[in-house]
Amino acid sequence: MADNKFDTPQLREYPIIPKLKKGVMSHSKPFIAKEPHQEPLGFPGELVDDWENVAIKKMADLQGKYRSLQVYLDSCVKCGACTDKCHYYVGTTDPKNMPVARQDLYRKVYRRYFTFAGKYFPKLVGATDLTKEVLDDWYSYFHQCSQCRRCSVYCPYGIDTAEISMAAREVMDTIGVGQKYCNEIISKVHKIGNNLGLPGPALEDTLEGLEEDVEEETGVAVKYPLDVKGAEVLLVTPSADFFAEPHVDGLIGYGKVFHEAGISWTVSSHASEAANFGMFIGSYDNMRKLAVRIREAAIELGVKRIVFGECGHAWRVAYSFLNTLAGPWDFLDPNYPVPQHICEVTYGLIQENKLKFDKSLNDDMVLTYHDSCNVARASRMGDKAGGQFLIPREIIKATCNNFYDMSSDTIKEGTFCCGGGGGLLTDDLMELRVKGALPRMEALRRVVEEKGVTHMAAICAICKSQFSKVFPYYDFTMDQIVSVHQLVSNAIILTGQNDENDEENHPQEDIDEAA
Amino acid sequence: MLSLLIAALFYIAFLILAYGLVAKILQYKNTPAPLKIPTMPAPTTQAGVVFRMSKEVVFFESLFKSSKVTWLFGWLFHFGLFLDMLRHLRYFIDPVWFWVVIIQPFGKYGSILMLIGLAGLLVRRIVVDRVRYISAPSDHLILVLLLCITTTGMAMSFYLGADVISVKSFFIGLMTFNIQNIPSDPVLISHLVMVAFLMIIFPYSKLLHAPGLFFSPSRNQVDNAREKRHIAKWARDLEKTN
Ligand code: HEM
Ligand code: SF4
Ligand code: SF4
Repeated sequence: MADNKFDTPQLREYPIIPKLKKGVMSHSKPFIAKEPHQEPLGFPGELVDDWENVAIKKMADLQGKYRSLQVYLDSCVKCGACTDKCHYYVGTTDPKNMPVARQDLYRKVYRRYFTFAGKYFPKLVGATDLTKEVLDDWYSYFHQCSQCRRCSVYCPYGIDTAEISMAAREVMDTIGVGQKYCNEIISKVHKIGNNLGLPGPALEDTLEGLEEDVEEETGVAVKYPLDVKGAEVLLVTPSADFFAEPHVDGLIGYGKVFHEAGISWTVSSHASEAANFGMFIGSYDNMRKLAVRIREAAIELGVKRIVFGECGHAWRVAYSFLNTLAGPWDFLDPNYPVPQHICEVTYGLIQENKLKFDKSLNDDMVLTYHDSCNVARASRMGDKAGGQFLIPREIIKATCNNFYDMSSDTIKEGTFCCGGGGGLLTDDLMELRVKGALPRMEALRRVVEEKGVTHMAAICAICKSQFSKVFPYYDFTMDQIVSVHQLVSNAIILTGQNDENDEENHPQEDIDEAA
Repeated sequence: MLSLLIAALFYIAFLILAYGLVAKILQYKNTPAPLKIPTMPAPTTQAGVVFRMSKEVVFFESLFKSSKVTWLFGWLFHFGLFLDMLRHLRYFIDPVWFWVVIIQPFGKYGSILMLIGLAGLLVRRIVVDRVRYISAPSDHLILVLLLCITTTGMAMSFYLGADVISVKSFFIGLMTFNIQNIPSDPVLISHLVMVAFLMIIFPYSKLLHAPGLFFSPSRNQVDNAREKRHIAKWARDLEKTN
């Protein structure tokens, strides 16, 4: 790709709304999916003949299936309230990255083919035919939306550009113009069960390795079980947790929590992936097939509960969609919500005083917390609205002495995307990812300078991978992003742990030496 | 002759408005929302949703969060429009309800709010580069149309005066299929023609935001996905086939 060289945006002292620069990101396009990535998902391998008509038919089909799409296409008044809310607009200043302008790429075609005004007065209402140029724009700019829903918070009608992006990607897939990164990954899950294509034996090795490490470090035989029938909990976690830093430290943490609480648990090799990229491409069918693997695994292993590990969009699919896609869950223990988030489990145990922490073990860090978009704006934790903000923060505060939030317009429901969500976490979109991270980097820089923050915690595999990759562009180091359950893992005192004398000692030194 | 033309225009406009709106509302109602997508944090009860929605409809809560300037002008315009429409009820009911009499002067102030609001929105649309970029000609024109309706109306109620009695008998006549004479005042006629035009374009333009808001799944859904299985018919059919 010609865009290997690009400038990292300057952090601005005052985040003012940037002026438009037309077309500056029109070259940004992810690699196109080839036939082997398309066919397993039920999509044609290349641009079909008569693609315009096929696309228009698909648009009609989707408008009939999704009220969101139909209502959002009609209702936008072009008030402009969303225009400065997208991190990709802020980071790139390309006007087509303003949420409403992104929607308009779709809406102008909708108007041309489906509305009276667009059919007879196209110029008046800005309607256009579906041409190759329009399709190119779609491919480019609907892959510059991380489906983070920030725009939907600020729109007076809740118009969610993510819904339009999903529809556009589904239309493109249907005519054979798929995105390689997402579709290749989905075909792997259909075949093997996880995004990375890790087969069962590789998982087993990894988990055994973790058991050895943890026992060596703590002297406690914490188990990391695979395919154990009759376990109470099925843990479904993003496959990044099985090997990459800092994800795996989170997985170690989940295991310690289950161990300490005496909850038997297992990972499944059949459903070894929490991520569900079917959502990113707007394909209900693919999303459902991936979700049904979890149901199959739960039945096969005879578990009573399902718990999800730290992953943002996975938690959206789990919390908001799993019951729809793969329910009803009446064969599981009715005393627990289905599914649960690992943070809900840990928080519950903390409240019941079942976990012991030595917070000083995290004293080498000053933390802040990044709300992942799909957790913040598309799901919940706990039994009250807003639990998704409270619970992770309470866990951090229970395990760390030093915690500061970033400025209030960049957290909770106003949080800025990491820049890599929505199926964009691929090297062929590096420029977009770096630029899209700008608002988050600015907010982080501010707490680093004002509060001395050294690390940012997150509960999303995509956020963690994205930050490790883009931090260096903004003069941070890749290890400044940590998992929330890594903090739990650092601070938890397991019953029977070998350093009994840690009362008088300086515990973090022990850890340093052991490391 | 003029009265007949205007009468015909209003019958047609009303039919188009009613047919168009009902068709759209039925379309929204009958299109399933297969997934739970409320923008979180969302209410966990139906009563909570009613509360959330009321705040959106009455105060434009989300818009307030996003842009104070747009909120101010937008809200002034809509609130003024609302007052003014209540004021206009006096042309359609006889005898005029007590509270409609009471609010007559407020309806008049409403038109001032509308004027300020519309002017502000139009200036913003022209001056702010981002908003200019997303505007089609129709977005400007609809503001111009509303401004013209407002100013012709204000001209009559503040300066020129209108033959209110005749206008009322004309509209009451319309409603009882007994066409009366309308005063051939050019300002009044242009006011009415523009209103009829607004009624005609309503169901075929972005004015659909008014019914649309009530059907927006990101605002009107209850956050209870784990407690209650939510499934659309087409999705259930999908389960049978594979
Ligand atoms: C349930 C009733 C309604 C609600 C909740 C509502 C709400 C809104 C909101 C929040 C906006 C965006 C802010 C703004 O730009 O002003 C807006 C814009 C607009 N509304 Fe409404 N509205 C309603 C009814 C109407 C009606 C009946 C009309 C006209 C006859 C109307 C005309 C407009 C116009 C023209 C705009 C665009 C203003 C611009 O150019 O920025 N609305 N509405
Ligand atoms: S969903 Fe997020 S990435 Fe997409 S347009 Fe809205 S703010 Fe931008
Ligand atoms: S905030 Fe909503 S209504 Fe306003 S321009 Fe954006 S999408 Fe359209």
